[in-house]
Amino acid sequence: MTDKGWEPVIGLEIHAQLATQSKIFSGAPTAYGAPPNTQACAVDLGLPGVLPVLNREAVRMAVRFGLAIEARVSRRSVFARKNYFYPDLPKGYQISQYELPIVAAGHTEITLEDGGTKRVGITRAHLEEDAGKSLHEDFHGMSGIDLNRAGTPLLEIVSEPDLRSAKEAVTYMRKIHTLVRYLGICDGNMQEGSFRCDANVSVRKTGEARLGTRAEVKNLNSFRFVERAICHEIERQIALLEAGGTVVLETRLYDPDRDETRPMREKEEANDYRYFPDPDLLPLVLSEDFIEAQRADLPELPDAKRQRFIAQYGLPAYDAAVLCASRELADFYEGAVAASGGQAKPCANWVMVEVLGALNREAKEIGQCPISPTMLGGLVRRITDGTISGKIAKEVFEAMWQGEGDADAVIEARGLKQISDEGAIAALIDEVLRDNPTQVAQYRQGKEQVLAFFVGHVMKKSRGKANPQRLNALLRERLGAG
Amino acid sequence: MHDLTLAELSAALYRGETTSEELTRHFLARIERLDSGLNSFVTVTAERALDQARAADAARRRGEAGPLSGIPLAHKDIFCTEGVKTSCGSKMLDSFISPYDATVVERLRAAGMVMLGKTNMDEFAMGSSSETSFYGPVRNPWDRERVPGGSSGGSACAVAARLAPAATGTDTGGSIRQPAALCGVTGIKPTYGRVSRYGMVAFASSLDQGGPITQTAEDAALMLNAMSGFDARDSTSAQRPDEDYTVGLDAALTGLRIGLPKEFFDAGLDPGVARVIEAAIKELEALGARVIEVELPNTHLSIPVYYVVAPAECSSNLARFDGVRYGYRCAAPADLHDLYCRTRGEGFGAEVKRRIMIGTYALSAGYYDAYYLKAQQIRRLIRDDYRRAFERVDVIMGPTSPSVAFKLGEKTGDPITMYLSDIYTISVNLAGLPGISIPAGFAEGLPVGLQLIGEHFGEARLLNIAHRYQQVTDWHRRTPPGID
Repeated sequence: MTDKGWEPVIGLEIHAQLATQSKIFSGAPTAYGAPPNTQACAVDLGLPGVLPVLNREAVRMAVRFGLAIEARVSRRSVFARKNYFYPDLPKGYQISQYELPIVAAGHTEITLEDGGTKRVGITRAHLEEDAGKSLHEDFHGMSGIDLNRAGTPLLEIVSEPDLRSAKEAVTYMRKIHTLVRYLGICDGNMQEGSFRCDANVSVRKTGEARLGTRAEVKNLNSFRFVERAICHEIERQIALLEAGGTVVLETRLYDPDRDETRPMREKEEANDYRYFPDPDLLPLVLSEDFIEAQRADLPELPDAKRQRFIAQYGLPAYDAAVLCASRELADFYEGAVAASGGQAKPCANWVMVEVLGALNREAKEIGQCPISPTMLGGLVRRITDGTISGKIAKEVFEAMWQGEGDADAVIEARGLKQISDEGAIAALIDEVLRDNPTQVAQYRQGKEQVLAFFVGHVMKKSRGKANPQRLNALLRERLGAG
Repeated sequence: MHDLTLAELSAALYRGETTSEELTRHFLARIERLDSGLNSFVTVTAERALDQARAADAARRRGEAGPLSGIPLAHKDIFCTEGVKTSCGSKMLDSFISPYDATVVERLRAAGMVMLGKTNMDEFAMGSSSETSFYGPVRNPWDRERVPGGSSGGSACAVAARLAPAATGTDTGGSIRQPAALCGVTGIKPTYGRVSRYGMVAFASSLDQGGPITQTAEDAALMLNAMSGFDARDSTSAQRPDEDYTVGLDAALTGLRIGLPKEFFDAGLDPGVARVIEAAIKELEALGARVIEVELPNTHLSIPVYYVVAPAECSSNLARFDGVRYGYRCAAPADLHDLYCRTRGEGFGAEVKRRIMIGTYALSAGYYDAYYLKAQQIRRLIRDDYRRAFERVDVIMGPTSPSVAFKLGEKTGDPITMYLSDIYTISVNLAGLPGISIPAGFAEGLPVGLQLIGEHFGEARLLNIAHRYQQVTDWHRRTPPGID
């Protein structure tokens, strides 16, 4: 991307829908997917005479976010009206925060591809209400308006223009995604639009200090779209500048079907929003006590948890990062370790490979995993204590996944207990050696490779249950002795 | 019967001398007979009123009656009333049936009051003469060629003509006090935040305040007892304990310090009005009060400040009237832009459009600092003027309006002259203070109002002074000719 001496400069505006029960200024519910206009009360409809009342829970969530990014949480912030006409904006203005946002000057750290880290500044995060939805299909030349979403609380998180590639932008967005879910303030569901972003993109000659003219790309509701839209936009701007053109300050829409950005129609853009403090809402004043109570109540955050996993469990940084991608996954892992009797690395492997693999295969979330952390820990315990081999363990895992009970129950029911008794293994070896004299002769002439042949046959006779270490030792002993 | 005050009606009902149904029928009959010449009502809800009256009588028989139970009243058509048209005097809301009750409506109904109907007003409360209504002008019962004042002109007219014993009003820059003065009745604008704004169609949110229009201060106290108080649905509602405004009504005025701002007695004041006010002050001095001259040096800025702040807020508040969800929608819009332009162009009257344009301009990029922000700064200066004055006095007094009721059409062609009729009331809204207007006499045969301005949440003191004054005068009991 930084080819031909151009440097992209990117900043993101992320909209995270706060996971409150009710709307930011009314008591109507926020649940997704209800029939149109069934979750909009008089306030959401903008009826004459109605007034907004701020949802305390939304404030609490914004404060938690501010504390998590080590930002300045404003003791006094102000709600402002952003005035514009649109059919799905019932009041003709959106209540947002303008000059005095609730959260200002924070930052977060992202891990780059080369393993290095980068600090990304977060200019501000402010509370605002979402608009409704215009539906243009099925209305025979007219438009339908669904106001269920109107008044849903949003936290708009605005980054500094600190990002230098589409990959960095996506890494940052994932980081914020992880963070808001850790904090329990957003469900992060991108299909439902709970977490989406606009990207401000510009390019400049490498080494140039001044920023180039930016374009804002809207409508980005997946990590993949963010990356592709930014890549496309960077290429477009470079091509334009190299052809002697100039970038226009404008809003562009990303069209995922055609994988391109194009300018929004002039009409949708040319707005003077006439911001002014909303006289229906008093300035939001937060007490030290309130803020400190939120701080005390913060969960362990992803960065801290990752560091702890490395220190406490001796995990490689990569494993720690994968396991800390969500609070639920990290909790699952820690539960498994505890149940396994402290088998940190084996548990990490099982979670990362088998559990995540199976979840991915069935498109399930960790919360829907049919195997509990205790069950997985129990399985690992049976591998470590030699009851079953790692190979058998995969069979046990599948059985557990299918609901056949915990590891001990599966091992018992399927008779999978590993044979460790030297007499029993020796008897099987003797049988195999007796049946294959040619191969025994080959081995004794120095053809070591046939050892695997014997191992295979003994395992087959034991139906996979022979303890592999014992088998190897005894086999060598027997062949040597002959 | 229609000459009785709320307090007297309450006593009559208590003693069983009349019933709510009888009272309600009486006032409905008066509206039927007299209002065609006054145009004070937009909607009369006769059947609903009789139902409510019978329910109030039944409650009384069960021993469940409060001081206001069964007494009829009228609501300014700016208050949302469930199942009843709430027009705000505009074509825009001519078809709007509110699905909910305003807090004020809810509280007065809970107190047992019977709603006779909805009163006429300046469109969206923008006006000082009740001439900008979609339903035609309201007439002053003292002289039908004259305006009743505005914007709560319908309510003031209805109480003055004894078509209702009491009515609600709203006051953004004088809209309760000025019509009360011009119609010879009592009207109080409480402290900003004292009465919930929920369900009151917003004009200028930081200035709007509901209040009662009655014959007497005692009645205003009774009404305010029921209307006021904290409301969780209004974030600007004051979190204070409820007060009983009737308790201190009779307190003596000995030692009361009355502040007279010299700015309220300038060249713009009609000499006839000035004489009435001077006489009223003398009356209060006779009751033990003492007069002190005070200064409100920024008074002359209150109109320019108001005509930035109020239009700015209204330009945003009225954006919701877009033809999309309710109210007026233009016929066969070609596209969205056409829908907006024609709906609003056809649905709003000239004064409303003028203010939306002024406000939009004042908030626009590049003008915001020079107009809106500057106006807010001067608003603080005006508030500070009052704070300083109240360090020396208990109450500030002066005329409510610079003149008596003017002729219909006299000022409609000249908005600035019209705006100046609120010169003495507007600064009170800008400062968020309580103000009351009470009848104090006549000039040229027309009523003159005396305005009393109090400190924040000083309603009880204002009502006390007004009540004592009304005990030694009878201006408030005079009725217009030809209403019997």
